[in-house]
Amino acid sequence: MTPHMLTRSLDRGATIFLAVVAACGILIPLSNLLLPAGSFLQVPTYLVALWGKYVCYAILALAIDLIWGYCGILSLGHGAFFALGGYAMGMYLMRQIGTRGVYGNPILPDFMVFLNYSKLPWYWYGFDMFWFAALMVLVVPGLLAFCFGWLAFRSRVTGVYLSIITQAMTYALLLAFFRNDFGFGGNNGLTDFKDILGFNVQAEGTRAALFALSCLALIIGFLICRAIVSSKLGKVLIAVRDAESRTRFLGYRVESYKLFVFTVSACMAGVAGALYVPQVGIINPSEFAPGNSIEAVIWVAVGGRGTLVGAALGAVVVNYAKTFFTSGVLAPYWLFMLGALFILVTLLLPKGIVGTFNAWWDQSKEKRDAATMASAAAEDGVTEPKMAE
Amino acid sequence: MLIAFALPAHAGPFEDGVAKFANDDFSDTEEAIGVVASSGNKLAFPIISALQDGRLMADPDSKKVYVTGTDGKSIDAATGEAVASVPDSASAVRLNNRLRRSVDAAIGSLTLQSPDVGTRLQAAQSVFKSHEETALEAVDAALAKESNRSVKAALGEARAAILLFKSDATEVEKLDAVATLKGRGDQEALALLTGMGDQPASVTKAATSAIGSIQSSLAVWSMVQNAWYGLSLGSVLLLAAIGLAITFGVMGVINMAHGEMVMIGAYTTFVVQEVIRTRYPALFDYSLLIAVPLAFVVAGAIGVLIERSIIRFLYGRPLETLLATWGLSLVLQQAVRTMFGPTNREVGNPSWMSGAFELGQITITYNRLWILCFTLAVFAILLAMLRYTALGLEMRAVTQNRRMAASMGIATSRVDALTFGLGSGIAGIAGVALSQIDNVSPNLGQSYIIDSFMVVVFGGVGNLWGTLVGAFTLGIANKFLEPVAGAVLGKIAILVLIILFIQKRPRGLFALKGRAVEA
Repeated sequence: MTPHMLTRSLDRGATIFLAVVAACGILIPLSNLLLPAGSFLQVPTYLVALWGKYVCYAILALAIDLIWGYCGILSLGHGAFFALGGYAMGMYLMRQIGTRGVYGNPILPDFMVFLNYSKLPWYWYGFDMFWFAALMVLVVPGLLAFCFGWLAFRSRVTGVYLSIITQAMTYALLLAFFRNDFGFGGNNGLTDFKDILGFNVQAEGTRAALFALSCLALIIGFLICRAIVSSKLGKVLIAVRDAESRTRFLGYRVESYKLFVFTVSACMAGVAGALYVPQVGIINPSEFAPGNSIEAVIWVAVGGRGTLVGAALGAVVVNYAKTFFTSGVLAPYWLFMLGALFILVTLLLPKGIVGTFNAWWDQSKEKRDAATMASAAAEDGVTEPKMAE
Repeated sequence: MLIAFALPAHAGPFEDGVAKFANDDFSDTEEAIGVVASSGNKLAFPIISALQDGRLMADPDSKKVYVTGTDGKSIDAATGEAVASVPDSASAVRLNNRLRRSVDAAIGSLTLQSPDVGTRLQAAQSVFKSHEETALEAVDAALAKESNRSVKAALGEARAAILLFKSDATEVEKLDAVATLKGRGDQEALALLTGMGDQPASVTKAATSAIGSIQSSLAVWSMVQNAWYGLSLGSVLLLAAIGLAITFGVMGVINMAHGEMVMIGAYTTFVVQEVIRTRYPALFDYSLLIAVPLAFVVAGAIGVLIERSIIRFLYGRPLETLLATWGLSLVLQQAVRTMFGPTNREVGNPSWMSGAFELGQITITYNRLWILCFTLAVFAILLAMLRYTALGLEMRAVTQNRRMAASMGIATSRVDALTFGLGSGIAGIAGVALSQIDNVSPNLGQSYIIDSFMVVVFGGVGNLWGTLVGAFTLGIANKFLEPVAGAVLGKIAILVLIILFIQKRPRGLFALKGRAVEA
């Protein structure tokens, strides 16, 4: 990534976004660790973990926005990549428990002892090493996305068909991971973690560090996405989104572009899942549920697809609302609200919060410009991709 | 004679036998069972069944045995006279597992000559299962008197089973027995033949060939069974998918709330049955007939409402439609949860839908059979409606070329609303049928939505016949994979196969050709 590319890819919204995320990533852990507990400005540890979860969701939303907002691929199975990354991290954390499990077996995790495994399944080898697990966090979702995408895009499965088979993919994985003999803890999943890289997962310092790391991952993910969408490759992606056949007729290998961006997106989702698991302390098959993936899509729609900043914002806003409403007396009405959100956003706010704001901003700017310089408006460069259906 | 029996003295073998129950010795008890069962005395059945239930009391001091009835009254087992009370020193005659088998066999042979055909048939079958040598005489006696054909056959099989295990039966008898069992040809006959132990060479040879032929016929039957289960599952899939084939297949609207229309149909059935239960219990058998049109109207009306208020603003934006209808499904589920509670509600089977009948070696339940017939009827009616009615003509016209249809004077937006209402109404009807075999809960629709989409996509969008073929193919494939791979793995395999299939034929089995594809 050249400095030139970096500066070109940043506009004002992106700069504000990065500044806010970086500030959160530094200030929240510091306030949690340094200020005395109970102080007005001190962020309690449970909030650090909660916000850490939101940041992971924001990374997932970013991954979805990259393919949906810029390439028109609506994946209803991105939760699967998220969960696979989470499982890879969970396997590492399970191996770190060692003899501290209930059964005290140095090699086998508790659930395997319970299910009468005599030795470790081959696919658990290597997960005692962090670098291997970290690699798998990227490789497993990436490989699945690559194979899936290679088959799907090459045979030109598009639109709702693609959405439906991605949903079938995550559903199949859901069923598979629910099985005890699949070797991933079945219904209960992986939990009861102790250490990560030698640090206690429960400790305040570790949680604060994980939060800072999640923010860092969000920033890096955002920069990667910006770099992709503002490059020449990104222009082709937008062309694919708006007129796939025409792009193909112009000589572009549409399926290669789609495959690339789909795989990158899946790797990002995997990283999000890997950061999510140590912070919430559990990973189980319900993360594969098709409903979760669709919910992640609505975060993007609420924030504004094709804006990146909006996706991250949408994830945080919707999940904050979810936490807020499901913990109070309004809990029975949360699903009504979530459902209404789906309907109202698609009907009334198709550009999402950020998209609508941008449109309004551009319009008012145009008016101001027109007032001062009558001819300047025509030269306005494309900084935000326009929605076109 | 009766007076002679009634004498307290030990007058005959029956009384001697009964007295042996009081010895509290397992081998004496076994002898006693044999004597009593073969005595022909009318008290034999009450005594043995009392023994089975632990109601036979024996007094070791006086050697007297009593039968305590289920109503608390007691009789003297040897004489049949009522007694005021059983002495405190009497205790229940004890049994062990070996004796329990003799008791079962004795009861079997005692009921062999019951006046009721069903009881006789059951008795013959229980003798077949236990194949106790002691029952042979009773079976022979019953066989001589029997006139009912099926009971006679069952008795013959019971006799064969006994002879096969009788060590002193002749070779000819055993060969006959093997042939009879081969004729029966089911799992139980197979178990008897494989577990019969040492036999003369000729018998073993005959048995081996019988086992082979039974196994191959059983394999055929298990195929038939799987095919039936597959058809049954296919009919359920078709029923759930057929409404979707209209809304998604014909209109191109991705309705994620389709499952909730099914759920609404099921809850309509529940409400109808509740009303019938409290007001007009006599109508219960007609509850489904009432629920079907009602579910169509309710779900159809909700469908029209959805189309008018949400979907019509989203035509041409399929991905947005998908999200909006998903949100709608959450709202509908939560609404039903609020109204009816989150737990399963009970929907009863009317009498004509409960029970089962045997066809060869497989059992067919009436509710599955009715659902299959019902599904095919709905399919046929829908097909006819699309083909022969004015509304059907308009629907096809609008879906094929909206602007041309509008130019010809068709009110396209009205047709859209009606088409969507039709698809939703059919989903509601599906809910009535599915309420008979599935739990009626707010999550009912969720479990069908992915399967339904798979069926429509697999069969080919815009083609009802494709949906039919798709549903039955998936149903049968699923049931044939299940015994091999297990239920969950079978389902996963099907999903993976569909994903791969869509790669090969992105437009499904029966793809539309021509310009409509790109539209």
